[in-house]
Order: sequence, then C-alpha cells, then structure tokens
Amino acid sequence: MVLVVFAAAPIMLADYLTVFVTRVLILALLALSFDLVWGYSGIMSFGQALFFGGAGYGVALLARDLGITSIFIVLPAALGIGLALSFAIGGFLLLGRYPSTTIFVAMGTLTGSYAAERLARGWYYLGGQNGIPSIPPMTAGGYEFAEGPVYYYLALSVLMIVYLVCRFVVRSQFGLALAGARDREARILFFGYQAQKLKLTVFSLAGAIAGLAGALYAFHEGFVGPNMLGVVLSTQVVLYALFGGVGTLIGPVIGVVAVEIAGFWLADSFPKIWPIILGLLLLVVTLFWPTGLAGAVVSEQERIGRFGRRPFPPRHTDAGADDAAA
Amino acid sequence: MPLLEVRGLTKVFGRLVALNGIDLIVGENEFRGLIGPNGSGKSTLLKCVAGAEIPTEGTIRFGGCDVTMDTPTKRARAGISLKFQMTSVLPTLTVYDNVLLAMQARSPTASLIFSRTRGLLHERILHTLEQFRLAQHSTEQAAALSHGQQQWLEIAMALACKPWLLLLDEPTAGMSLEERRITGELLTAIKPHCSLVIVEHDLDFIRNICDILTVLDQGKVIDSGTVRHIQSSRKVQEVYLIRV
Repeated sequence: MVLVVFAAAPIMLADYLTVFVTRVLILALLALSFDLVWGYSGIMSFGQALFFGGAGYGVALLARDLGITSIFIVLPAALGIGLALSFAIGGFLLLGRYPSTTIFVAMGTLTGSYAAERLARGWYYLGGQNGIPSIPPMTAGGYEFAEGPVYYYLALSVLMIVYLVCRFVVRSQFGLALAGARDREARILFFGYQAQKLKLTVFSLAGAIAGLAGALYAFHEGFVGPNMLGVVLSTQVVLYALFGGVGTLIGPVIGVVAVEIAGFWLADSFPKIWPIILGLLLLVVTLFWPTGLAGAVVSEQERIGRFGRRPFPPRHTDAGADDAAA
Repeated sequence: MPLLEVRGLTKVFGRLVALNGIDLIVGENEFRGLIGPNGSGKSTLLKCVAGAEIPTEGTIRFGGCDVTMDTPTKRARAGISLKFQMTSVLPTLTVYDNVLLAMQARSPTASLIFSRTRGLLHERILHTLEQFRLAQHSTEQAAALSHGQQQWLEIAMALACKPWLLLLDEPTAGMSLEERRITGELLTAIKPHCSLVIVEHDLDFIRNICDILTVLDQGKVIDSGTVRHIQSSRKVQEVYLIRV
C-alpha cells in the first residue's frame, strides 16, 4: 500500500511537490544511515552531515572540474568518499584499547562536522560561503536526470535498495552481534568479539550511505554549500530518527516524511510561529513516545528483530549432560 | 605445564591495595575454588585474569603465553571465558539468540553478514539449552527468565565459547537450594572439557565441586590446598571465625 502511494506520487502531485518529496526521500536515506549507527549499533554520530556533504562536494568537484556526471561514476564515487571519510573518522574515534564512550564519539563526530563546515566556508576552491553552484545534471549515457518525476523514481529506487541492504545486514548474525555491541559492549568482548571493529564496519557502511545521499542531493539541487556539512543538518538527522523511531529501519523514513511535511504545512499555515510549533511537537514526541512514531505501527518483535536464517522448529533431544562443553 | 600461572599479581586502586602479590597455578581440568571474606580480592583476581582489569604488577601466563597486557577479546579467543558477578544477559533478545551471540563470536565478519554459521551452530545451541534446562524457553526473551535461569543462561553463554578456562564469579548468588544443586551437577559435567576457577560464598557448594580451594584475605593468599586441608587450616579458621 505504502509502495503504491510512493510509486503513484509524481502522477498525483504538482511538479513543485514532486521536487519537495524527492528531497524528502534523499533526506530519508541520510536519516537511515544515522539509524544504522545509533539505533542498531549504539554509536551516537552527530556528524552524519560530514559524510553527506563531503560526498556532495566530491561529486560537485568531479562535475565542475572534470566534467564527470555519469551516474555510473558519481554514485560509486560518492559511496567511496562517504566510506573513506567515515572509516578515517571512525577509526580514530572507535579503535581504542577499550570501547569508546557514547559522549566521546558524539563530541568527536560533532567536532568533525563543525570543522568540515568551517573549512568549506573558508576554502576558496570549494566556493567559500557560496558553495558550488550550477552543478550540471547527472547523466546516464546521453540521458539527463533533471529534477521531477524521473529523479523522484531514481531517489525512490536508491532508497528501497539501501533499505533492503540495511534490513539484510541488521537481520543477519552480524545484526545480532551489533545488538550485543549496542546493549552490552563490555560483555561481548569476553566472548571474543572485536566489538570496535564491528562498530567501525557499520559506521563505515552508514558513512557510505550518507555519501550516496549527498551525491543525490547535490545533483538534485544543482548546488552544494557549507550547510550540507554542518552541525545543523547533523542535528536535524538525529531529530528525524528520534521523531520517527530509532532501532527500526522504517522509523527514520517516517520521521523525515512527518517532520518535512509538518514543516511544509506549518510554514504555510502559521508563517510566523511555525518553527516553535514544530519544535514543541518534536519535544513532545521524543519525551513521551520513546519508540517514536514508528512505535505505533511496528510491533515489539519487529523492533527487537530476528537474526540470521532460522533453522527452527527446535528439536527436542535427550542430550546427555556431558555435552555441555561440546 | 600449568594452564594458568599467576605470579606476584598486584592491583592497586588509588590507595587501596586490592591484590598484593598473588600467586595462583591452575592445571588442566582442575576445579579451583576461591573463597574469602568480602573485599578480599576474589572478583578483582578473576577480572585481572580475564582482562577486565590490568594488574599494577605481576604476570599472568595462560597456556604458556604471557597474556598480562592482552585485551579481553584476545584472552577470550585464547580460551578464557568469564561470567560476571552481575547477570548481563541481553534482556530483549531471545534465550536462543543469547547463546548464538556467544557461540558465533569467533566467526569471520563476512560469515556473520551472510548468516552462514547459524545453521552449523544450531545443533550445539539446542544441546546447550537442553543441558541448562532452558530448551523450552528458547524463544522467550531472556528478561522473562527467573534469576536462577538467567544465571544458567550466563554460564551457558560462557561455555558456548568453548573455553579452556572458565571463570565464574558467584554463579549461585540468589539461587534456591534446588537451583544450586542443579548448578553443581551442570558444572561437574563439564570437568572433562575445561578448567574452572570459581568465586563463591556458599562453602557447601564449592567444596562439593572443587578439587582445590584457595583462600584470600585482604588481597593475599592465606592458604591453599584440598578441601580437607582448608577445613582444618588454623589460618582459615581465624579469618572465618574472627573476621567474618
């Protein structure tokens, strides 16, 4: 049903709304990347915008300086940039002798995001305060992906593929290990897990997804600016996920759609006080509804999850006591 | 060659000397009990052996290798498994998944992502659950188990790593008499497979399953020997009759 609504949206919506919803889908991709690190792995990243904006700037430079706009180059390049940036920062923040604290990682990623924004604002090559405007459209052969229904379907397809990949990962045995790292990191070290490496793996994957979202955003808007890297967007992503419900993959998507649509409607209806109303709404939901909006539609079992291919039903045997350590 | 060899182990927290030159040698398939009053350093000793604490001085050799400065992960992979004093099962996961979590710990990341090892581990998980009388609870959340069952699940998880040396910190705390008896049976059954160092306040329980007891007081070993030797030790009687 939801898929049908999403598939039919460009037919039913006016052009400017299709552009708006496309932006929402791209931000949903970014929110999904945050949920992967916080909701599933317990890594508080306040710097997802760094990977988003970093890849956005990267593909913008490819397009501006080298004339490369092919989807087959820019999207893999964005994945690579997001992956490399998150691997470098995650390696620094996560690979200590003992597990890093939540606050250390949060402050580290926040600082990275802030520093990147300041760097972009001050670096002439990156356009300084003005960013890089007039990025040519993404292409496939001779076809140009202009904003509108085609770009909408491209963003929807990427979101669905990433969603399915994330679901495969978090429902695998790796997802079980992540749940262990999130809830009892100090405990699983004594089972022999390399918890920090597990976390770095998922942090890098999330960085790659954020990078992918950054490239889609850059070509959709035809512009990249320092705000794409900064703490405001990084914080916004956290709010999307908290509002929608962390620890479920659909939660952040719901969060982005709800916050952006509420903001869009409120700005129209209450032009002077809409940010206050939206802020209060976010506050109420995050304080009194810890499972977020997704808590209303996602079951407890779905939130906790099942891991790996299930070889059930359980067998009942009369195994002897001497098998305990077998 | 002993399985575990601890020499001159000292651990200082600020001005508190928790362990003061401890020597401890544990052989293969030996069950060693650590007893002593509260604050004597028993749990700190287990934590130092498992890697949860780094000693201030002294050496720890396991299987002939010096592991004094190794991380908990490295020690676990070498074959040391610890059950903490406080139960730390993952409450929202099913009992089955808790054991799977422990059992799959050494699988490569790629195998975990593609869930390749779950089918292979399934039979072992079921055996372990039956062993610890948890088979009928396999699909329940661990939080729904009684305290005693959570302790069994903890021990099952510690054993799921196939350790050479199992370290148990007060495994029967909060258990009923019947649960203690069953725990004793479960531990006796693993004797052919691994060594055990157990911290326990229940002296009846510990003397029934251990070969040798080591008595600690104020961070020092005050006596060590067979159950009969410890029962007749004047130094131990002093500690238990005068201090406790």
